[in-house]
Amino acid sequence: MLASDDDILARAEDWRKAGKGVAIATVIETWGSAPRPVGSHLVIDGDGNFLGSVSGGCVEGDVITQAVDVIEDGKPRTIEFGVADETAWRAGLSCGGRIRVYVEKVN
Amino acid sequence: MKLEHLSALNKARVERRAIVLVTDVATGEQRIVPGENIAGDVMADQLDAALRSGKSGGVEHEGKSYFLTVQTPPVRLIVIGAVHISQALAPMAKVAGLDLTIIDPRTAFATPDRFPDVNLIAEWPQNVLPGIKPDRYTGFACFTHDPKIDDPALEVALRAECFYIGALGSRKTHAKRVERLTGLGFSPEAIARIRAPIGLDIGAVSPAEIAVSVLGEVIQALRKKPLRTEAPVKAGAAA
Repeated sequence: MLASDDDILARAEDWRKAGKGVAIATVIETWGSAPRPVGSHLVIDGDGNFLGSVSGGCVEGDVITQAVDVIEDGKPRTIEFGVADETAWRAGLSCGGRIRVYVEKVN
Repeated sequence: MKLEHLSALNKARVERRAIVLVTDVATGEQRIVPGENIAGDVMADQLDAALRSGKSGGVEHEGKSYFLTVQTPPVRLIVIGAVHISQALAPMAKVAGLDLTIIDPRTAFATPDRFPDVNLIAEWPQNVLPGIKPDRYTGFACFTHDPKIDDPALEVALRAECFYIGALGSRKTHAKRVERLTGLGFSPEAIARIRAPIGLDIGAVSPAEIAVSVLGEVIQALRKKPLRTEAPVKAGAAA
């Protein structure tokens, strides 16, 4: 079933209560034709399992990798993605948009 | 995010309450502001605007950048009367993203044939509304002009402080309605919250046009002014 943003936060709570390390990534800013609106969530556990999305699948891989770091060190961070970014080839947005994603650990 | 903040967000959603999570993007510091506490908050204006739009987003306050995770309940529209206007309104309300329920005890009107893909309840409003639990994120449009059907719904809507309450009927019909509701103990201020004649004054004539004017009025009530300081807007005649 397609998960709504609501289900996603409920799942994050379930995962944390089950003792997993959990991070929440949130789209906090978009420019141009970003695929997911501001406020969209992706939740990630320490094993790299995830639910939700912050883009059309273009940058989730990178966000998940960084989220695993956030779960380990506990420090929130803001990541920016876009075609103008030097990571464009690796994790760019094919639609030409740019997004900023805030990644934080659930303590 | 603290687990307690995450739990608060999830609990508010299940309970259909508005809530905002304020995040200082630079430091990661966070706090939760329940919808009912917004008026007294240092960021009252920004939080209020965010709540009315129902959208998450970034704001600046005293030189700092904050991200507001805004959670508002899905907006419901309850229509009393499975009438011609309701038939026109149903698909429009759906497109506008409203969660629509139509209630009419008259089984000749409330048929699935007339209302395909609509949450249609062929019962008296007073029997089913307690289970639906209307709240301030619920709007009511009463279209039957029949006091037996409309009045019980209006009573529930007024008590639940619904963000929008509209009732079809001429000024004469409404004057009688005001008398009846006054007799039930409602204050003039409470009764003045009922939009009557219903709908924005766009000169609507056909059922579909009246549906447009009602939908416009619902959206105006939802977005244009703070929900909690809802003041009656005197709209012109549409029916």
